[in-house]
Amino acid sequence: MTTVEDATAVVKAPVRTRILERPRATTGPWSWFTTVDHKKIAIMYATTALFFFLVGGVEALAIRLQLAAPNGTILSAARYNEFFTMHGTTMVFLMGMPLAAAFGNYFLPLMIGARDVAFPRLNMFGYWVFLFGGIFLYSSFAFGGAPDGGWFGYAPLTSTPLSQGFLPGRGADFWAVGLIMLGIGSVATAVNFIVTALNMRAPGMTMMKMPVFCWMMLVVAFLTLFAMPPLTAALIQVFMDRNFHTNFFNAAAGGDPLLYQNLFWIFGHPEVYILILPGMAIVSEILPVFSRKPLFGYSVVVFSGIAIGFLGWGVWAHHMFATGIGPVATSAFSLSTMLIGIPTGVKIFNWLATVWGGQVRLRTPMLFALGFIAQFTIGGLSGVLHSIVPADTQQTDTYFVVAHFHYVLFGGLVFAIFGGIYYWYPKIFGKMLNEKMGKLNFWLMVIGFNLTFFPMHFLGFEGEPRRTYTYPSGMGWGTLNLMATIGAFVIALSVLVFLVNVIFTTRRGEMCGEDPWDARTLEWLTSSPPPEYNFAEIPIVEHRDEFWHRKYTEDDEGRLVKLPASEAAVIPARRDPSEPHNIHMPSPSYWPFVLALGLPIMGYGFVFKWYWLLAIGVLIAFFGLNAWTIEPATQEHH
Amino acid sequence: MLDRIQRLRRGAVTTVGTATLVVVLASCGGGTGPDNRQNALHPAGSAAHKILNLMTPFFWVAVVVGAAVVGMTIFVAVRFRERPGDDERGPVQTHGNIVLEVSWTIIPFLILAVMAVPTVATIFDLAKIPKGPNVIHVDVAARQWFWQYEYTDKGTKFYTANEMHIPVHQPVVLTLTSNNVIHSFWVPALAGKKDVVPGHPNTLTIEADHAGTFLGQCAEYCGLSHANMRLRVIAQSRADYDAWVRQQQTPLSGPKITQFDTLAKPWGCLSCHSVTNGDKTVTARIGPNLTHVGDRDAFAGDIYPMTLDNLTKWVYDAPGRKPVGPLVGWMPSFKQAGMTMAQAQQIAKYLLCDTATDPSVHPECR
Repeated sequence: MTTVEDATAVVKAPVRTRILERPRATTGPWSWFTTVDHKKIAIMYATTALFFFLVGGVEALAIRLQLAAPNGTILSAARYNEFFTMHGTTMVFLMGMPLAAAFGNYFLPLMIGARDVAFPRLNMFGYWVFLFGGIFLYSSFAFGGAPDGGWFGYAPLTSTPLSQGFLPGRGADFWAVGLIMLGIGSVATAVNFIVTALNMRAPGMTMMKMPVFCWMMLVVAFLTLFAMPPLTAALIQVFMDRNFHTNFFNAAAGGDPLLYQNLFWIFGHPEVYILILPGMAIVSEILPVFSRKPLFGYSVVVFSGIAIGFLGWGVWAHHMFATGIGPVATSAFSLSTMLIGIPTGVKIFNWLATVWGGQVRLRTPMLFALGFIAQFTIGGLSGVLHSIVPADTQQTDTYFVVAHFHYVLFGGLVFAIFGGIYYWYPKIFGKMLNEKMGKLNFWLMVIGFNLTFFPMHFLGFEGEPRRTYTYPSGMGWGTLNLMATIGAFVIALSVLVFLVNVIFTTRRGEMCGEDPWDARTLEWLTSSPPPEYNFAEIPIVEHRDEFWHRKYTEDDEGRLVKLPASEAAVIPARRDPSEPHNIHMPSPSYWPFVLALGLPIMGYGFVFKWYWLLAIGVLIAFFGLNAWTIEPATQEHH
Repeated sequence: MLDRIQRLRRGAVTTVGTATLVVVLASCGGGTGPDNRQNALHPAGSAAHKILNLMTPFFWVAVVVGAAVVGMTIFVAVRFRERPGDDERGPVQTHGNIVLEVSWTIIPFLILAVMAVPTVATIFDLAKIPKGPNVIHVDVAARQWFWQYEYTDKGTKFYTANEMHIPVHQPVVLTLTSNNVIHSFWVPALAGKKDVVPGHPNTLTIEADHAGTFLGQCAEYCGLSHANMRLRVIAQSRADYDAWVRQQQTPLSGPKITQFDTLAKPWGCLSCHSVTNGDKTVTARIGPNLTHVGDRDAFAGDIYPMTLDNLTKWVYDAPGRKPVGPLVGWMPSFKQAGMTMAQAQQIAKYLLCDTATDPSVHPECR
């Protein structure tokens, strides 16, 4: 793949495959359906995930309107339950995880000096599965009711056959099948990232010279790889119980509802780290660049990330403190939960020490990264309070928990994502997002976010449970709920500012320099946007923060000394993407798309028990898989 | 220009600062005064007191640590921000500091170790199930969507729903069971919540330290009307409690039973609801026991105050008054079965006035 061959070889006529001619175009609208380029796939991941972020956000606004005052009548109970279920499901599976896949896809290969991920077609497959899985889930609104059993879908509420009417509609079927499908895509991407990070690093880049971003993505990939199977098992059991009268979770027939919770949370807690570690990854890149200092305690940050990855498997039952698993089990999981606070705290202190003594440029990406630190800390601390089991029995399933995990996943992850977008936008599109609008975006989001979620801590203490579509007057919850609703609309406004910024920049923005932030890592050692093959010549790595060390060195006092401009630090000029080049890249393909297309068709077959449709789906998937298997990764042109 | 930017910046900081203060103050003071009887911050029972006492010091530690980190984040951003006069050679390139890093690993560890000891002690303390003649036992069956209580102590067998009466200063051991989905029993002023899991009978001990009505509700999402599965615990002096128990045990008189049979027969009420008539051992049915429904303050999962009007509408069209969806075995809409409003009112009036121990508490019965 990285071999450089004679340019004339590429021009020769392609070999015909038996069914379809292999797609060749790497530009133009159709190329997006066949592309295996990790950067294009990343952009598709990001746009799709941001679209779902807006959808999940609209659901959140509807929820907040319903709860703005006691006895709300904007949503029916059924619609409310669908919305909170789909809000959670969307933000976890259709926004958080795919955005991590987007950042990982774009920057993991670039940061380790590779030309693509290890398995480009598998990568493409992962995206299409995600898109089809998302469409499949949302199509449930049109076909007999959206999922309404909560994003966690506890059995036996979700697993009891439809005929009992525990939940109206087929939502739980769509939910189980949809998540199984999305899990397939996630595992594919995880395998890809692991092999890429382990095998495709540029010469000289040892593991301990790899950017923290790549390390965290590696940890996330391992977590995903091992977390999805138990979830899939649980979902299959739910679906079997619901449709084929098995009794995995049916207590009356000897099944066990707590089995579901154990399976779900052995996925669900690592999932929390699957979501937040990419946020930490992004912030760990932004802070050094905008402080003009290396990350403080690189190895400690890396190892605490790994420690979180391991400890994350030993805390799942803290979601089950109220289920009656007994004082020994709750004590054990209480202690393990306290322990996981330590590596998390270490990271926070290392980030602060990174900024300490720096020359801090308070540009938009940096503001979001600092917002991440402050807000994530609050979320972490309320998490530590959960580890006090007796206190947790008052907090769990109340708005205190809603406040807690939104401080982690919104105040943390979403802020990191926005920081990442502002930071890397010039890399991806060659244009800077407008700084004034960026700052407005940030401040509105800080105000809106805290206005929405800070009061929820107190609503929880004061007895308001989660997942209730209404609350009576006379409880005194109205004022704080109204504040939260106003805050939610301020968040919406900030997102609107972001969208305007993107449109404005696309239309009016001017191309910016190749290294606008004076950055540190390899992705900036190529033009912006990078050519299809990323690096004309694979860089030889000597340092952590290789790009930085090609620009600067330190004197005896530890001060920066700018190196004389050398060839090593020169960023190649932008190229026209249609210009031919002599670097062999993996060829585009139809088949991952075809295989992915088979999955939702099988899904509808399962949900409606239309076995003919299931058969069609299986055939399409098998056809795609077969053609993919016999197709070479790179088309030979001889 | 610089002035303007600085003024803007100062303005922004002031705005954000003020906004933060307002949010924090409003949240803490937050509207919910003594009227909120579902508040973990106003404990009225021993378990709730223990929990609050355990949490409070660590809550404040968390507040201090949180404020310090947030403050530090703002401080480093402001203190070390890029300025025109900065050293051109850039900042000193620190790569790490073992002493610092070890200390901010160990200090949190020590804080957490201190936290772990009382936590584990309290876990085991709260898990103890009190025994003795003083202890009252209630079997709680969580249904979609109401609570059924069966008082099981010797000589006090009876059923009621949603409203639990307990004597003050006496431990009450609840056995929590469900034959449908998972629920969670939660009365914040008395104790933390405990899930009601099919196939796993759980116990929860509550004990009120003063008389009063404490509200609670189901805290585990249990389907369409999860929000409408509320409950109340009425803590009373021992004498009042004993009187209440005697009332609940009193069967309805023969003529009243006959009257109800006549009213209810066309609609099949008694296929789901039970009424204690004194002769037979009463069994739990799918709906709440109606023997003394008129003695309760509220009904339908503790969401409607016990008035003739509410009851009438309920009997007439229950699914229209509480979302139930396609749940099998739920109270049908008798409106659709051909009941007239007058018939509904007749039944409602019976339920309100003839089952109440003292009908005069309801203005409609006077």
